[in-house]
Amino acid sequence: MKKQKHWYDYLWVWTAVYFALGFFNILFAWLGMIDFLLPLGFAVFGGNKWFCNHLCGRGQLCMKLGGDLKCSRNRPTPSWMYSKWFRYGFLIFFLVMFGNVVFQTWLVGSGAASLREAVKLFWTFRVPWGWAYTAGAVPDWAAQFSFGFYSLMLTSLLIGLIVMALFKPRTWCTFCPMGTMTQGICKLRRAGK
Amino acid sequence: MASRRYARVDRTVCVACGACASVCPKGAAAVSHGCWAEIDPAACVGCGLCAKTCPAGCIALAERTDDR
Repeated sequence: MKKQKHWYDYLWVWTAVYFALGFFNILFAWLGMIDFLLPLGFAVFGGNKWFCNHLCGRGQLCMKLGGDLKCSRNRPTPSWMYSKWFRYGFLIFFLVMFGNVVFQTWLVGSGAASLREAVKLFWTFRVPWGWAYTAGAVPDWAAQFSFGFYSLMLTSLLIGLIVMALFKPRTWCTFCPMGTMTQGICKLRRAGK
Repeated sequence: MASRRYARVDRTVCVACGACASVCPKGAAAVSHGCWAEIDPAACVGCGLCAKTCPAGCIALAERTDDR
């Protein structure tokens, strides 16, 4: 039976476009905040994971590449990867790294540090990215946040693609920080009723 | 006639990603309240696609008993 397609089934295109835009102009990285705020909104106000289940372009992209295009080995995900310890540990790590992005933004905004036109992959490797930004186009702090946030988004995409190739297409979802956080919120809401 | 097998979710492991619901050809799988996936045994045809797709390996096929 062919499933009926909805507009949101094509949001994997949005994910591909988002990363492409960031390659040409880093300021588009700000659009990634939608992927941060929408899942939280659904979880906090709606008590559901509608974003993960229907709107997550990254999950859809992994299904597209790993499932339809068979870029995944489709092996079972190691159990530690979906254990509570790892999931919540990774969530905390991710939030600390996001906090670091905000802190760097604040340093640049206050004049204590200068803008670094680079993307940091896997929180370690600095990749020059200066072509994607024209100096002075926006306040330095806004550009610094773009570089930092895009680093976070690109790193998580790469991790997602690596585990997609090694294990199941949506293995990333088992420890996705947003997924873990929103499921935790939903469980808390349910327990409170 | 209903299939002899149906899919069951281990709620303690499910991450509620919705991958099962996105592939279920019968629309029998859904994420309940953002907490875990649920599969309607009456609608499930036991094809096993959800179990194959689940990244957390928390879906297994079970044999139907008389009341399922």
